[in-house]
Parts: sequence; structure tokens; C-alpha cells
Amino acid sequence: MSGIEILQIWIIAFFTLALFSFLYKDNPFYRLAENIFAGLTTGYQVSLIWDTVIIQKLWDPMMGGQWWLFLPGLLGLMMFSRFFPKISWMSRVPLAVVMGITAGIFLTTQLHGFVLPQMQATMNTFVTAKGFADYFLASLIAVGVISTMIYFYFSHEHVGVLGVTAKLGIWFIMISFGAHFGYTVMGRVSLLIGRTQFLIEDWIGTFSYIF
Amino acid sequence: MRTTLPLAVAFITGLVFVITFFLNEKSAIVGGISRQLLDWLIIIGGFTLLLGVVSILRVSWQSVERRKEDWIYKLITILSVLVMAIPGLLPESWSSLFGRQAGSIYDWLFLNLQAPMMATMFATLAFYIASAAYRAFRARTAEATILLVTATLVMLWRVPMGEAFLNLFSEEIPGLINRYIMGGVNLAVQRGIIIGAALGAAAMSLRIILGIERTYMGKS
Repeated sequence: MSGIEILQIWIIAFFTLALFSFLYKDNPFYRLAENIFAGLTTGYQVSLIWDTVIIQKLWDPMMGGQWWLFLPGLLGLMMFSRFFPKISWMSRVPLAVVMGITAGIFLTTQLHGFVLPQMQATMNTFVTAKGFADYFLASLIAVGVISTMIYFYFSHEHVGVLGVTAKLGIWFIMISFGAHFGYTVMGRVSLLIGRTQFLIEDWIGTFSYIF
Repeated sequence: MRTTLPLAVAFITGLVFVITFFLNEKSAIVGGISRQLLDWLIIIGGFTLLLGVVSILRVSWQSVERRKEDWIYKLITILSVLVMAIPGLLPESWSSLFGRQAGSIYDWLFLNLQAPMMATMFATLAFYIASAAYRAFRARTAEATILLVTATLVMLWRVPMGEAFLNLFSEEIPGLINRYIMGGVNLAVQRGIIIGAALGAAAMSLRIILGIERTYMGKS
């Protein structure tokens, strides 16, 4: 193992331990690592956006003859008017373009791409069912979908039939959230195992080269 | 002007995509305009993210300049941004250390600092999740119990040792969890949430296009 590799591992180990030190309490090592992490992540985005958006999507096509792309470029620059109170209203225009395009896409795709296919899939479970177990599963899914939606329906007070269905909905939701919670815990623990393995195998492994 | 112009812009751009949906998307005029607008969205989005970066640098620099509490950490943030961004922005033709290719400073910092630190940050959350689970368990409500029992079953189901443990009771348990919890209840709830959220998003989109929803413009 070369000296550079050992140095590299020690740097990573230092920042790993500095970030873990927050589990005890806030301290200068954690603050140092936290701010370096925030800075690096921001810097990463700068280079990425500059290359993939500003150069590849704006500058290169403009130089290639698509002169009209100066318009979104100008709109993008107008976002920076937020720093100048007198003309800050100008940033509303590019924001309106973003909101308008997003709304236009969402209005159709949300209904066409999510609502209808999900409803269709729920109904199709009954059509494709074979035997009691399949029908039971199809009914479970249908009841789950309806009760979940009713739980999130706040235009009427949850009393009577609506209240009972909403109560059933919350049980369904809790089971689903429990499943997600389980997956999240496993994902985080998996990362923790990865970092611990790095410290035990890689970092402590360098001790034999140094000491 | 300050309100009408943005409202008109949102209406027209939104309408283009609605029209595109109903007309032929592959047509030269309508399809071409909508494809151009999608590129505009990416370009403006890029500038917006850069605005965020400039904002972070500006706020941090103000703290440094006025020697506010913990200004030294703000200075570290600024330096970290510059150390990561500048080599990534410089052209590869100048040096193999510049640009974003493998072996560059940008690549080294990403692989050896940013990625491990990100993994560590998320790994730290394991402890806070355990703490949250403990607090939920102390709530002693039926809902919290259902959540924790399901979480425990799913965790046992997804690891070999846990699956072996479940098999001690019945070899059918892992299959039942897969079919009825993941493929039944969980699927149903996700569908319910997706349908509800999509309906909400569509309604909000309509409000934006028609100019009823104006909160994105901030205070007038």
C-alpha cells in the first residue's frame, strides 16, 4: 500500500469519525466535516450544472445556430434579479415559465399516467383473479385503496361510515408505513455496516503499515 | 405588469402542453414548441440551481465579513465550494487534473470525500431511526404497535437470518409477508396515496394555469 493510499484512507476515516462524533454531541470536528460536506456538495452541483446545462443545453446549441435559445438564457439570468430589491419582481417571469410548463405537463400526465392506470390496475386484480386467495387479495387491495383515500379526505368530518372507513384507512397506512420504516432502517443499517467495515478493515488495516 | 405578465406567461406555457396532449404530439409545430419549452425548463432550472449556490455563498460571505458567530465554518463552506467547483469548471485540455473525468481533482474529491461523507451522514440516521422507533413504541397506541410489528416482520423477512427465524414458526410466513403485506396492504396504500396526490397535483396545475394559485410569485 502506497503512502498516498494510506493518507487517502486516513482522510476518509477522519471525516467518517468526525461525522459519527455528533452521536455523542455537537462538536467542532463535526461542524468542520458538516461544512466541508455542504461546500463540496454545492461545488459538485456547480460543475455539473455548468457542464450539462449551461454548456451542453445552452451555449453549444446557441453557437450551433439555435440563436433563439438566448431567451431561456435571459430568463435564467432574470432569476438573479432577486438580489436587487428594485427589480426583484422580474424573477417572477422565469418562475412563471417553470410553473406554467410544469403545470401543463402535470395536468395531463398526472391524470393520464397515474390516476387512471392505478384505478385500472386495482379493478383488473379482480378480473385476473383465480380462486379464493386471489379474490381475497383483490378485495384487500380495493378496500385498502378506498379507505386510504378516504382517510385523506378532509372536506367532511370523519364520523359515521366515513369515520369507520378512515379508521380502517389509518390501519392500512400504518402497515404500509411500517413496511417502509423497516426498509429504511435496513438501508441505513446497511450503510452503517459499510462505514464500520471501512473503519475496521481499511483504516485499522493501515495500522500495520504505519506502526 | 408585475403580476399580469407572469400570470399570462404561466397561462400560455401551461396551455401549450395541454394542447400538445390533445393534438398530435409528433406534429412539427405543436410538438416542436413543447420540446423547445422542455429545453427551456432545463435551462432555467439550471440557472435557478446556480442562484441557490450564489445565495449560499452570499449568505456565508456576509457571516465571514461581519465576523458573526461560527464565521470560520462559513469560510470553510466557501472554500470547499471553490475547491470542488473550480477544478471541475476548468477545461480538461489544460490538465488531466481539471474537468470532471476520472482521475481529476473533482473526481477524487467526489469519490474520497463527498461520497463517503454522504454515506456516513445517512448511516448516522440509523441511530436516530432507532430512537424514533423507541419513542413510537412508548406511545402505546394501536397504530404505533401495528407500525412496529410490520416493520419488524419486514426487517426479519428481508435478511437471511430473520427469514430462517420466521421459518422456525412456519415456512409459509415469508411468502405470506410478501403476498399480503408488500403485495396487498402496502400496494393498496401506495395506490391510494398516488391517486390522491395525482388528483391534488392536477387540481393545483389547473389553478396555476388559470392564475388562481399565485403563491409562487411571493408577496406582491
